[in-house]
Amino acid sequence: MVPLSWYIMLSAVMFSIGVFGFLARRNLIIMFISLELMLNSVNVSLVAFSHYLQSMNGQILVFFVITVAAAEAAIGLAILIAYYKNNPTIKVDEINLLKG
Amino acid sequence: MTVHQLIFIYFAIAMTGISLLVVTRRNPVHSVLFMLVLFVHIAALYLFLNAEFLAAVQIIVYAGAIMVLFLFVIMLLNLRREETEEKFHRQWPVSAGAVAVLAVFFIMIVSKIVVLPALGEYSIDAIRSEGSIMTVGKVLFTKYLLPFEIASIILLVAIIGAIVLAKKSTNS
Amino acid sequence: MDAGTTLTIMDIRPFVPELTLLCAGLILILLDLIVKRKEIVAAVGVAGTIAALYATYKLFGYAQPQYAFFDMFVLDGYSSFFKLIFYLNLILTICISVKFMEIEKASCGEYYSLLIFATSGMMIMASAADLIVLYLGLELMALSTYILAGLTRKRHRSNEAALKYFFLGAFSSGFLLYGISLTFGLTGTTNIRDIAHAIYALNVMDSPILYLGMIFIVVAFGFKIALAPFHMWAPDVYEGAPTSITAFMSVGPKAAGFAVLGRVLFDAFGGMQVQWTSVLIPMAVLTMALGSIIALSQTNIKRMLAYSSIAHAGYMLLGVIAGTPEGLTSTANYLMIYTFMNIGAFAIVIMLRREGFRGENIEDFKGLSKSHPLAAALMLIFMFSLTGIPPTAGFVGKFYVFMELINSGYTYLAVIAVVFSAISAFFYLRIVMYMYMKDPGEEIVITTSPSMSIALAITCVMVLILGVFPSFLLNLVRYSILG
Repeated sequence: MVPLSWYIMLSAVMFSIGVFGFLARRNLIIMFISLELMLNSVNVSLVAFSHYLQSMNGQILVFFVITVAAAEAAIGLAILIAYYKNNPTIKVDEINLLKG
Repeated sequence: MTVHQLIFIYFAIAMTGISLLVVTRRNPVHSVLFMLVLFVHIAALYLFLNAEFLAAVQIIVYAGAIMVLFLFVIMLLNLRREETEEKFHRQWPVSAGAVAVLAVFFIMIVSKIVVLPALGEYSIDAIRSEGSIMTVGKVLFTKYLLPFEIASIILLVAIIGAIVLAKKSTNS
Repeated sequence: MDAGTTLTIMDIRPFVPELTLLCAGLILILLDLIVKRKEIVAAVGVAGTIAALYATYKLFGYAQPQYAFFDMFVLDGYSSFFKLIFYLNLILTICISVKFMEIEKASCGEYYSLLIFATSGMMIMASAADLIVLYLGLELMALSTYILAGLTRKRHRSNEAALKYFFLGAFSSGFLLYGISLTFGLTGTTNIRDIAHAIYALNVMDSPILYLGMIFIVVAFGFKIALAPFHMWAPDVYEGAPTSITAFMSVGPKAAGFAVLGRVLFDAFGGMQVQWTSVLIPMAVLTMALGSIIALSQTNIKRMLAYSSIAHAGYMLLGVIAGTPEGLTSTANYLMIYTFMNIGAFAIVIMLRREGFRGENIEDFKGLSKSHPLAAALMLIFMFSLTGIPPTAGFVGKFYVFMELINSGYTYLAVIAVVFSAISAFFYLRIVMYMYMKDPGEEIVITTSPSMSIALAITCVMVLILGVFPSFLLNLVRYSILG
């Protein structure tokens, strides 16, 4: 039997990689993919908890997270395209109109 | 080491490696493709955890819909210039160091986790006797009916939002 | 009525206010196709909000909290009071945005329905008795607000604001989810009340994993409320978003964040008060300091008001830190007062906006008292109130928060807060100085509309009345939260 903590450690590693990608990359699309990576790592931990606690809550929450992630992707990419139409860059450090 | 543990170790190493590849590729298309490989691994992991329904949803929704949307957008934006430039911020070693230190703490803390609360009613046998989809469906449409309905509003907002942000301007 | 094991039609009753508002939102989408005049769409939106307000009023007064949908949803005085704030925020925002969105050339019916959906999300957050419902309410609110921030999509700044808001919002919800996941893993439940019981029963008060989960949840709401060090998105987003939306999101999501923070920290993590107070105190001090000091050097009024709203979030957090139900009461009281004074201030900023002129620089307020004495006088009242000068409502709000803080034994924090409050007087009164002491640079034309006048009348009268007779609101909030 695989201990619960292995799964949670795996999810923590993936979460940290996602956070790193979000903070260090300049490309907005890859930052967005890093966000999806973070959500997926949470899903892994939730499904693992759900299995080991023999409770359904975790799986249900994962179901909702996937739903919300789909909605979020639609809106996020729409915002990204609206931005790109006015200013063709997706480098995060070139997005600097608002500062001070 | 049981077979289960060996399989898990393969998954752990593969998923960590793929995650690193996802966040370090220069070309976003490659990132998305590695992400798809990762999703297949995650779906397989869900099968080990008795969540067949979620494994299917993971492939259909995440791999089939969300990542395809990403690919569309990448194609739409035509990002030739980006491929020749710096991948990371100039101060990326700082964030890498900070995240690494915090991640070590994080992993050390969660490595202590054990099953504490009393076990619920959805044991492996209980799920197997009814089937994964039936079990999820029953819970979803009774206990979690309210969140389910809220999720429908969220999807409606996403539809409206995508149209409002992307439609051609018709001057009103 | 406690949670049954089956679902009955009675489960809908506590949910009626949300249902009313959601129906209003759906009607607006359809109405927008038929009706060309956006004023009518806006009026129907206000009517729907008033209907929901009436539903909340009718359901108000049950002493016992009513649980519904298998303990997913709770209607109690606490959530009802916060819903009152959301309704007021929605009505005032609709009133100040009718003319403004026309000038921005982004007047569309979806604008109003998205405002309504965002408000429904806030209401669901305030009433959530389960972390899953909480998460979905949060996302409903957040996704609608991201779209609203980017609605003037021809404007580069608006795009940028939406982009920044979206990325940092999505980042923070990742943390929220990890926090929920760890809490669920340790306690075996996502129900807020059951979490508290499980924490006692399993004796995991000192568990570092639960501590981590709690910190993740606090960090996520720190982003939403714009507490330092998670505030950096706020000035950019507040500056870039359309001004009416800035007014909306400087109040609504903040109030919803505090409603949830209060419920989660007091109900679910009530046994870990020592731990979460130790996290919140440095955040509150840092928030007040950054908000008050950086605001001094701003030249854009929306940016200045953004830092001011960060500082105010710090003061509101003090009521939570007090750690008593009375402290939470003072935070709710402050939020209600803040709604009036903040939206009032943004309304004046909106009035300066006209075709081809943004009116967002502090310089643009030069000599406003000469050309438009009434507008200048109103701005004076709102600025005095935001500073916390008696006899305005802002003073009352701050006074009660500080009093509860001292009652709980945090005298030093109250002293720090008073110091920063005094510092903040500089930048608020600077605007007053520009309006009254400087000569007008160029001619100022203000844009008014009947709805704008209504909004200004409501905010101004409430700021003054609540400043002179605070007991009405105070009794209401005490009755709602303390029972």
